Amino acid sequence: MKRKNTEPYVRLTQPLVRDSGVLRPATWEEALERAAAGFRRTLETKGPEAFGMFSCARATNEMNYVAQKFTRAVIGTNNVDSCNRTCHAPSVAGLARVFDSGGGTSSYQEIEDADVIVVWGGNPREAHPIFFQHVLKAIHRGAKLFVIDPRRTSTASWAHRQLQLHVGTDIPLAHAIAREIIHSGLANTAFIERATEGLAEFAASVEPWTLEVAEETTGVPAELIKELAHTYARADRGQLSWTLGITEHHNGTDNVLSLINLALLAGHVGRYGAGLNPLRGQNNVQGGGDMGAIPDRMPGFQNILDTGVRAKFDAAWGSAIPPHKGLNLTQMLDAMERGELTCVYIIGENPVQSEADCEHTIKRLSNVDHLVVQDIFLTKTAQLADVVLPASAAWCESDGTFTNSERRVQRVRKALEPPEGARDDIQLLCELARRLGHDWHYEGGEDVWDELRTLSPMHAGMSYARLEELGGIQWPCYREDELEPTFLHGRLWEEDPAKRGRPAPFTVIVHSPPVDLLTEDFPIRLTTGRRLDSYNTGVQSGGFPSPLRRGETLDLCLADAVKLGVTEDEVVRISSRRGEIEAPVRIDEGLRPGLAFMTFHFPDEIDVNVITIEATCPVAGTAEYKAAAIRVEKLPATV
Amino acid sequence: MTIVEIGLPRRLIEFTVDGETVRVPEGSTILDACTAAGKNIPTLCYGDTLEPANACRVCMVEVEGTRTLVPSCSRKAEPGMVVRTETDRTRLSRKVVLELLGSATDLSTTPDVAGWMTECDAEPGRFGPPAAPSSDRDERRPGEHEIPDGMTAATVRQPVKVDNELYVRDYGKCIQCYKCVDACGEQWQNTFAITMAGRGFDARISTEFANPLPDSACVYCGNCVEVCPTGALSFKREHDKREDGTWDESRQTATTTVCTFCGVGCNLTLHVQDNEIVKVTSPHESSVTHGNLCIKGRFGWQHVQNR
Ligand code: SF4
Ligand code: SF4
Ligand code: FES
Repeated sequence: MKRKNTEPYVRLTQPLVRDSGVLRPATWEEALERAAAGFRRTLETKGPEAFGMFSCARATNEMNYVAQKFTRAVIGTNNVDSCNRTCHAPSVAGLARVFDSGGGTSSYQEIEDADVIVVWGGNPREAHPIFFQHVLKAIHRGAKLFVIDPRRTSTASWAHRQLQLHVGTDIPLAHAIAREIIHSGLANTAFIERATEGLAEFAASVEPWTLEVAEETTGVPAELIKELAHTYARADRGQLSWTLGITEHHNGTDNVLSLINLALLAGHVGRYGAGLNPLRGQNNVQGGGDMGAIPDRMPGFQNILDTGVRAKFDAAWGSAIPPHKGLNLTQMLDAMERGELTCVYIIGENPVQSEADCEHTIKRLSNVDHLVVQDIFLTKTAQLADVVLPASAAWCESDGTFTNSERRVQRVRKALEPPEGARDDIQLLCELARRLGHDWHYEGGEDVWDELRTLSPMHAGMSYARLEELGGIQWPCYREDELEPTFLHGRLWEEDPAKRGRPAPFTVIVHSPPVDLLTEDFPIRLTTGRRLDSYNTGVQSGGFPSPLRRGETLDLCLADAVKLGVTEDEVVRISSRRGEIEAPVRIDEGLRPGLAFMTFHFPDEIDVNVITIEATCPVAGTAEYKAAAIRVEKLPATV
Repeated sequence: MTIVEIGLPRRLIEFTVDGETVRVPEGSTILDACTAAGKNIPTLCYGDTLEPANACRVCMVEVEGTRTLVPSCSRKAEPGMVVRTETDRTRLSRKVVLELLGSATDLSTTPDVAGWMTECDAEPGRFGPPAAPSSDRDERRPGEHEIPDGMTAATVRQPVKVDNELYVRDYGKCIQCYKCVDACGEQWQNTFAITMAGRGFDARISTEFANPLPDSACVYCGNCVEVCPTGALSFKREHDKREDGTWDESRQTATTTVCTFCGVGCNLTLHVQDNEIVKVTSPHESSVTHGNLCIKGRFGWQHVQNR
């Protein structure tokens, strides 16, 4: 069944303000003053901690830098975050805990040159197609690809071996692989002794996870687990890469840490061609975090709890940055519910449709006194706002930079004039800062970038001219006349302990199954993901006529469809413990009995996040989108 | 486990082109060397991001000591080689190749071809006026080709295929250079939606069972359009604008930016006419994309201009 294309979103070209409950067109002057007045009021009556900023992982580094500076220097809080919370925050948390840096460790070229590539909980053939071209290059050169996913995806069809595990059993699988590596004497002892700590406790903790126990728990045949363990550990250059199948769980950070344990065991990090790589879902999630648009880090991933770091920024900005971590997106939503966070500024994000259990999100956002939304469309989130500011599209209507999944900072250039009535994000932030008594002016993206370069050592060597000349530069880049290696953490291989720095710790992880239990009432596991031609909540990708687009479906295997007595295209009711929706069935033989699949691409028609679960990772705040328990019912025949 | 080769740094070799000494890294082709030396050798099937297909034969040069002309796009340069790019033989060869191509194919949107034709006095018309397009070309089985009548030049013309909103196939312009097949196949996209069908004069690029694109394996990455040298594959927007006479490259700007749809960070070159994106290409020298994109990067820009 082909989907009829629904009405695409139309660009916002006029500011809107809410009067007696209704959004009405306003002049720019009126809208900006209304926005600023709300911020002022909050500061006077409730103080800075009542303010929260949702910065935008789609916008430029420069915009994110200014947005977090606005939050910290103008308002005086660290409550700034972005949608990395819904996707890769566990990756950042896990990598940062072990290596002090949250970025993926390799370049795409190194992927091409690897011997073994493990793709765990990801479907890059559809979600990161050009990354997958690098993987395919490697395969054609003789590299082996292992794909670990509950579904037999189009990525898996290229695999040397596929490990089709039960949803939420990644930790047992990783533990069994680790145990097998240790027991077979394949652990890289030279690396482990030199660069890691805590092996003994870790080895003891994985001891119960024999191949047989793991087979029982994960559903993956013991032979396959063993083959993966041996092949990965024996490889000269092993790459381990993952996406949201790992992170979007109630224990996402633990999942990430259990993968990092494997890389440490095999010594597959800190060398050319060997690495750990979370694939970023949005164009600038990496950069948004690097720019400090997260509650616990300043620009350049510098620790906010470090007095020296804060002092440097305070001196440069004339600010007094609070000496504690701010609230992350998940905590901000909770604080809204408790009535503590009453003023929210959202730039380009659409939490109403992207957050799990979205009815709950709407309630919370409706609870705030002053909601300002800056976007290019009147999204479902913008429809709740008190002030709506029409923005320009970062990637083609502004100058700046994005940072991709291989940490490459690349130039974004203005190719189009924004529609009349829309304004540049940074100019809007500056205008609001001025109205709150801070005389901010930036000539353009380069101005902002040069300020950032003086404050973030890892970006210092990247002038616009150099980015242009070299086609982008991977961070870190400390000096204008040097380039660092394309991989991170080479220090771990240094002879000299002083250069080697802090050892990378193994982490003891305890398995905990998905929160939403399968019971007789909710017997089917629903997992979620992306399709090739669409993107997130569909606001942008819905704007082009894709011949591949089918619209939202509930994907089931044939056996389940037969059992339920439903046929392809038949609309069924899907219920979870949170709510219910209706969607047509599609048969997908890549699924196994008991496993269903949906996306988030068409929330305006079928809002899958009504039924997903909000159980969140306590470290990173990411929700368990990948593991809801559902019931599927045939609808009564209508006459 | 054997390590996958990553290649050693390359040595330089020295040889002569049109009397000048050039030094190039070992493994370079004659074409690479000539381009580096500022020579302009015509090419059609050559693709800078693809293995040489070696199909069109417009790039032939003379190498001292070899009996036949050699294709510069695929022949590796060797130390001491003596190469000549502009001789009577190369000009005659180019003239005949262009005449044969021009008599059978619509080269109206192939860049540079008209100039090369003039340079070497090619007259495609001397094989007779082009025969009418055939609508059954896609159904022909091997060996069904009719014997030409001798009065007209047989052509590969067939109706334009417009079967989706994203890109258009006009195989009357196709020179069968194989670049799209390679880009769709093993060299980049690995989707294998298009390949060669038929034999001899009936050979043509087609989908499985000549199905329309929406019923084929095509995933609309547009990487075939990116490499097509003739305009046989073109973006729907470009096609429509050419049809209604509003396509005007002199009014267009090309700005390279970064895709907004995932964290891979592909470089996009936005071609803009009258503040409207009219097509998207990708820089071939980008280490992220090598000129390739996925459907979202190539076609997912419409939202910014829904005004
Ligand atoms: S369609 Fe274009 S790229 Fe493909 S073979 Fe024909 S001319 Fe070459
Ligand atoms: S073109 Fe495709 S793979 Fe590349 S950044 Fe865009 S969405 Fe990602
Ligand atoms: S360009 Fe050399 S054979 Fe076509």
